[in-house]
Amino acid sequence: MKPVNEMKLVIPSRSANESYARVAVAAFAAQLDPTIEEINDIKTAVSEAVTNCIVHAYRDKIGTIFLTVKLFEEGKISIKIRDSGCGIENVEQAMEPLFTTAGEERAGLGFAVMESFMDKLTVRSKPGKGTTVSMEKRLKARPLRV
Amino acid sequence: MSVKIEHRDKVMTAYLEGEIDHHSARSIREQIDDEAQQSKPQTLLLDFGRVSFMDSSGIGLVMGRFRLMSELGGSLKVVNTPPHIAKVMRLAGMERLNVLEKENGR
Repeated sequence: MKPVNEMKLVIPSRSANESYARVAVAAFAAQLDPTIEEINDIKTAVSEAVTNCIVHAYRDKIGTIFLTVKLFEEGKISIKIRDSGCGIENVEQAMEPLFTTAGEERAGLGFAVMESFMDKLTVRSKPGKGTTVSMEKRLKARPLRV
Repeated sequence: MSVKIEHRDKVMTAYLEGEIDHHSARSIREQIDDEAQQSKPQTLLLDFGRVSFMDSSGIGLVMGRFRLMSELGGSLKVVNTPPHIAKVMRLAGMERLNVLEKENGR
């Protein structure tokens, strides 16, 4: 299916950009006329994915984070967040709630939040190459205002 | 993000305001911990009433303060959580820590 609108965002993995990334995605998603709860769900999921890039993928350096957001008819949004960082050895283990390799009070809930707040979550990763997180959410039926 | 801290008797209240994410969590944590280490309160109240956004970094923040208060021999309470923040807390199973205020925690 062809998207009716699409945006790309490329940012360095600085923690100050966590807020910018989720707000930018939320502003774009506003075209689907989401509810406040839906917008909060999307912002939270994006925040988790971008934080993973910063804390894990580019642990000791500043790398580039690529976001692609597509809006489809019938209120579907797809969000892809890609890095070319260290990758994940064991994706299944990384996705288990409470599993974390980072110190500094990380709860290990990033993927659990993405999974719960979005309808679909796919994680593809190659150690040494990077990780792509793809998420989808179907918003309650509303006419598209694009 | 800002934190305003008040002391009354042996209760220390931290009024959190703004967005809690990985970026902002560190300074919040440091401000609260510095104060709590000095004043050693019996109860630490984290007031989320003016928090507009929180991701799982906020869970780390609550869990860490829970541990701190246990070390200090006191207790932690989380109050005034807006619906979205309560949703993240529920997902994390925070009810089990028994720190959420019942009436507002939803």
